[in-house]
Amino acid sequence: MRTLVIAEQLNGRLDPQTANVLSAADRLGGEIDVLVAGAMVAGLALAASGFAGVSRVLVVDHLRLAHAASAPLAALIVSLAGEYDAIVAAATSTGKDVMPRVAALLDATQVADVTEVIAPNIFRRPIYAGNALEAVRVLGGKMVLTIRPAFFPPAPTGGSAPMLKVSVQPDADVALGRIVSESATRGDRPDLASARVVVSGGRALGSRENFDRLLLPLAQKLGAAIGASRAAVDAGYASSELQVGQTGRIVAPDLYIAIGISGAIQHLAGMKDSRIIVAINSDATAPIFSVADYGMVGDLFAIVPELTAAL
Amino acid sequence: MKILVGVKRVVDASFAVRVKGDHSGVDLDNVRMAMNPFDEIALEEALRLREQKLATEVLAVSIGPVKAEEVLRAALAMGADRALLIEAEGRIEPLAVAKLLKAIVLAEGVELALLGRQAIDDDATQTGQMLAGLLGWGQATFAAKVEIGHGVLRVEREVDTGLQVVELRLPAVITADLRLNTPRFAALPKIMAARKKPIERKTPAELGVDIAPRLEVMRTDEPPARPAGVVIGSVRELVAGLKAAGALAK
Repeated sequence: MRTLVIAEQLNGRLDPQTANVLSAADRLGGEIDVLVAGAMVAGLALAASGFAGVSRVLVVDHLRLAHAASAPLAALIVSLAGEYDAIVAAATSTGKDVMPRVAALLDATQVADVTEVIAPNIFRRPIYAGNALEAVRVLGGKMVLTIRPAFFPPAPTGGSAPMLKVSVQPDADVALGRIVSESATRGDRPDLASARVVVSGGRALGSRENFDRLLLPLAQKLGAAIGASRAAVDAGYASSELQVGQTGRIVAPDLYIAIGISGAIQHLAGMKDSRIIVAINSDATAPIFSVADYGMVGDLFAIVPELTAAL
Repeated sequence: MKILVGVKRVVDASFAVRVKGDHSGVDLDNVRMAMNPFDEIALEEALRLREQKLATEVLAVSIGPVKAEEVLRAALAMGADRALLIEAEGRIEPLAVAKLLKAIVLAEGVELALLGRQAIDDDATQTGQMLAGLLGWGQATFAAKVEIGHGVLRVEREVDTGLQVVELRLPAVITADLRLNTPRFAALPKIMAARKKPIERKTPAELGVDIAPRLEVMRTDEPPARPAGVVIGSVRELVAGLKAAGALAK
């Protein structure tokens, strides 16, 4: 088994989720190479080379990849795929965008959102918004996988894999897509994907002002990332990248505090694997209580400030 | 410009499925089925492009058993010009769906394929990207806003870090995210009229596509149940509980 792991960047650094993908790749057995592709990625490559169990880091550093959409990255991965049995990435918005295209170009199937490696060609993944889990076996050919990072521990560091510059000219056909702009990420709070604690708000908060006024101080105290339900995002209380759920971010932090969230199955799909779940809601029949370890029924406008003060 | 919209028949979004006792899959007997909600959004966007005179025809395509006609009738009622059923039984994987849609795209001279970002049954989130790859077209997945001018698509995408704007040329594939639009309800007269409209039919064999599965589903399980939680009466007890559980450790 030879595996190629696709590294990602976040705010100019190696995305911490790459470490979780590496430990999933390790369970496939065999050798692991990491592809670091982008513009000015020497630092990322160095970080990737420091993980234990990595054989080589392939580096494609090209300005053309700075604003490249998915097509050139997919073409690049396909051009390197020949010697690998498995190509593995995180189930991030980038991984979900690029990897199916890679799979199709290789005439391979893709297994998405892997939560468990049962055997090197057998994987568990959620379906129906996590209401069921299926175990699937890849019947042959190359395997293209996306991994849910929250379900695998980060790989240990302590390695020093050689870095290998790969000289390929990335395809620069702008007709296939060019990134024109990206919203700036907020560097002042932990990222949802890797935060130990997530404080999440729902429609019951009633306004964007309330959302910020109640959740920010609590998140600050806990060093938490902020999340939101779809209803809160649709109502304009929070921006779309904060949405936790079937189509938003999938998180499994140590502590998840759901505030004013009723708990539609689409939301539960994104957080029910958190270690400890706290639900604060005025409706005692809200489905969120069915997954909560600690539930408080009452007025969130009283409870949340009191909780913030008590911590 | 002709637009292809993929519409899949799936379990109604409000329904929580149960796993069968023999672990062979989920129980779909007597379950209400509907058009995949993301496909409804894709169809709505296609209809709006046609209403803006940016498209001339909207072709709805479904792949599945004869019963998938229901979602094609729903698509016609919403306003699709034509409906095509590719008859196939059983589990059709995204790669096979993409190959079938590619054959239709090429036969029909489609310039824009609009699909839902994922189907809410298998949650695979693959078909649009695979179709774009097979066609060698650009792709804009997870679209929250679509603008077309002079053959250039400008698409706002929902990504993990926020919103990203991409530009690409037609022909292209777009997959629709939740906030792209709010689909219209079909009025009763249109629903009645859609019952009489023809539904075109093809088979995978006619299209020369091998739809044999590449994956074997070995078993399906319920997710592990969480132990029952406790309802707490005061913030003091909650903090004590969290401390005891080690959830507040820095």
